Amino acid sequence: MTATVETPHRATKAPKPPSSDRSRAENSLARKLVAPALVLMLVVTAFPMLRALYLSLFEYSLTAPDDRKFVGLSNYGTALSDSLFWRDTVNTVGIMIVTVGFELVIGFAFAMVMHKVIFARGVIRTSILIPYGVITVVSGFAWQFAFSNTNGFVNSWLPFVGDDFNWFGQYQSSMVAIMASEIWKTTPFMSLLLLAGLAQVSEDMLEAAKVDGATWWQRLFKVILPNMRAAIMVAVLFRALDAYRIFDNIFVMTAGANNTESISFLTYRQVIEQFQLGIGSALSVLLFLSVLVVAFVIVKLFRVNLADARQET
Amino acid sequence: MTKNLKANVGTIIGCALILIWCLLPVAWIVSLSFKSQEAVTNGSPGFFPSSGGGAGWDNYTQVLKDDEFRHSIFNSIGISLIATLLSVIIATLAAYAIARLEFVGKRFVLTTALVIAMFPVVSLVGPLFDMWRTFNIYDTWPGLIIPYMSFTLPLAIWTLSAFFREIPWEMEQAAQVDGATSWQAFRKVIVPLAAPGVFTAAILTFFFAWNDFVFGISLTSTDAARPIPAALSFFVGADPFNRPASLLAAGAVVATVPIVVLVLFFQRKIVAGLTAGAVKG
Repeated sequence: MTATVETPHRATKAPKPPSSDRSRAENSLARKLVAPALVLMLVVTAFPMLRALYLSLFEYSLTAPDDRKFVGLSNYGTALSDSLFWRDTVNTVGIMIVTVGFELVIGFAFAMVMHKVIFARGVIRTSILIPYGVITVVSGFAWQFAFSNTNGFVNSWLPFVGDDFNWFGQYQSSMVAIMASEIWKTTPFMSLLLLAGLAQVSEDMLEAAKVDGATWWQRLFKVILPNMRAAIMVAVLFRALDAYRIFDNIFVMTAGANNTESISFLTYRQVIEQFQLGIGSALSVLLFLSVLVVAFVIVKLFRVNLADARQET
Repeated sequence: MTKNLKANVGTIIGCALILIWCLLPVAWIVSLSFKSQEAVTNGSPGFFPSSGGGAGWDNYTQVLKDDEFRHSIFNSIGISLIATLLSVIIATLAAYAIARLEFVGKRFVLTTALVIAMFPVVSLVGPLFDMWRTFNIYDTWPGLIIPYMSFTLPLAIWTLSAFFREIPWEMEQAAQVDGATSWQAFRKVIVPLAAPGVFTAAILTFFFAWNDFVFGISLTSTDAARPIPAALSFFVGADPFNRPASLLAAGAVVATVPIVVLVLFFQRKIVAGLTAGAVKG
């Protein structure tokens, strides 16, 4: 559950036990213990991924399995030159940036409150876990009906929209509803990760800053945030990659209507609904590659920041 | 003193906001599940059922009488429990090795787990759909249990190895010095220390399996294996153009009850598990 590969804990361990016999025995025992997990993880991910890579080179439809023919990279050409692919990529990236941004700010505020609160700690933590536990499909339904203009309450509660405003009638407002559901469900997870990071910021340092006359904002930006960069990075990385595969909410709330489709939804539609395994596999590979790119970009962005932070102190 | 008071007021307002944030949508779906279907068809804006528009428990009895829904509950419980049990056993072995033993390839295992935790699941449904039909496990319980296991293993391994690293393993030797057999030392000393971690991993694994939607709709086609989230999304009722919102809400509430019960009883363990791997590494 972490992206910080270099941890002090592992680094302090002795590099190798002295006796080579013993280390050999330990090695073989460890292999046996790890093998089932490793095999199972690879069988369901690496193997199908390789198969997708292979199938993506064919024109292959399950409705006519015998007509499979090798077409080289032309599926990728078709996908990459199709405006649908780019529209859905833009949607997905947009959803990722907006939801993670909101989650980070709201989640941090929640974490600050939970860090301070002494009374009713159990009640707060129990309720914060409920959105995390609620099935995404249920969250999608709850928000879809809440935004509904016939049965929902949102229109009557919001002063700036008319009572008969149809949230699912056009692109922007549909996206707002989808993002609301996503943000609602996942902010608690973000806040718990940030809370754990917040707990590691030393109280002494905060006290020292206070004595030196730092204002609340100065303490927040100069002491608290730099000291919990690692926790923020882990939280952002996890949530961003999770948001990039957004599917459930869109499926339930709009089914891709009004151009709200995500890249996961496009892939699903090609494979499961239209049985186009060739082009669908090409999309699968592209989806996987784009997740790698997103991960790489985030890790790079934050590494730079981490290095800066170290130079400052 | 006044400054303290101000801070306290801020915290109280913050707490209230958190509670509203977390519970309002849940309260809404519960409230919706008590609106009568006629009221919903005719349009009943507003948070609470309007006077005369209430349905009592009607939606719940109707949903629980529905065969497809009952099958899907049964499927979800069975599949999630089996996947959780198997996943936790396998993850415990691996996590023990990672926490306790030095071996070549440890980093490879951890990296693999991390990559899989972030894998875009949709990119697998195509090939899996094809493979599962070849192996004849499409639309069966094993067809869902296998992917659930692989996708929960990373979380379980990370959580468990973080827990296992904190266990004072010397106590096992200490017990043996005091005259316990190695089995006794394991059962009476190590098992009680490791149990909370294993239990936490099990809850998180169960949450994942219960929540899954992508595999649930792609790898099933009938109610032989279709889990609750998929069944809810396909539930259209008698009139496909007018989804029975209040019936769906009742189904959604039923699907949420197990999660709420787990959260109520094991709040502390879940929080510990969610954050254990993330910060300590």
